[in-house]
Amino acid sequence: MSISTIKEIRRGPSGTVVEAQGDIDLRFQPEFQKALLGVCGEKPPRLVIHLGLVEYMDSSGVGTLVKISHTVKVNKGKLVLVAPNARVRSIFEITTLDKYFTILDTEEEALEI
Amino acid sequence: MDNETRNQSVCIQISSDPAHLPRIREAIQQVAMNIGFSEEQIGKMTLAVDEAIANVIKHGYCGCNDQPIEVLINPVERDGHQGIKLVIRDFGKQVSPESICGRDLDDVKPGGLGVHIIRSIMDEVIYSKADGGGMQLELMKLNKP
Repeated sequence: MSISTIKEIRRGPSGTVVEAQGDIDLRFQPEFQKALLGVCGEKPPRLVIHLGLVEYMDSSGVGTLVKISHTVKVNKGKLVLVAPNARVRSIFEITTLDKYFTILDTEEEALEI
Repeated sequence: MDNETRNQSVCIQISSDPAHLPRIREAIQQVAMNIGFSEEQIGKMTLAVDEAIANVIKHGYCGCNDQPIEVLINPVERDGHQGIKLVIRDFGKQVSPESICGRDLDDVKPGGLGVHIIRSIMDEVIYSKADGGGMQLELMKLNKP
């Protein structure tokens, strides 16, 4: 059974929104990273990764987000994470990456800043 | 996978395939719920164990997905607190337990976060070389308010 970690990619004038879903762990991290690197290749001025439908994330998923943040910076873009649930948010807090990433509650906010 | 449940103790034998990670998470959730851990604590504990097994797969077995891993989940009581003890045993590469440490979090880069996560969440983390080869990791978490 193949389960995609990407539900939808929405491209607009303010940036690109990638809506992630499911469990992002060692099983699905390679597919998650490949999809995000593909979007980074389009060099959007703003990349919003919507995590509202992500039920679980481990350090491999967080590592992918760090890698993507570096790529976005090289492209002089902006990365914003949106709506992680409490469980996903806790891994950012444990690793102190909640201070590194811009994490907002809504997609609308993310596209405005 | 072969599960054996006795007095809430669970022994699970899996192969080193990441596809088994959700079943390990579910087993820990079940035992931890029976002990009375909060949802937040259960979430963090399952993350710690997930990271430990991911490290076995990535480093102990170099990504090979058909090697054995044993996970023993036991309820414990210490100092008047209920808790959970886990033993994760592999048969892969042996390394010095002292060499297993988290990295500097100020250096923001992908990878190397697993050990930090495990040590941050669990009350007791003991790596040792197992008799007969491989590594053993003992993890313990007490249910304290």
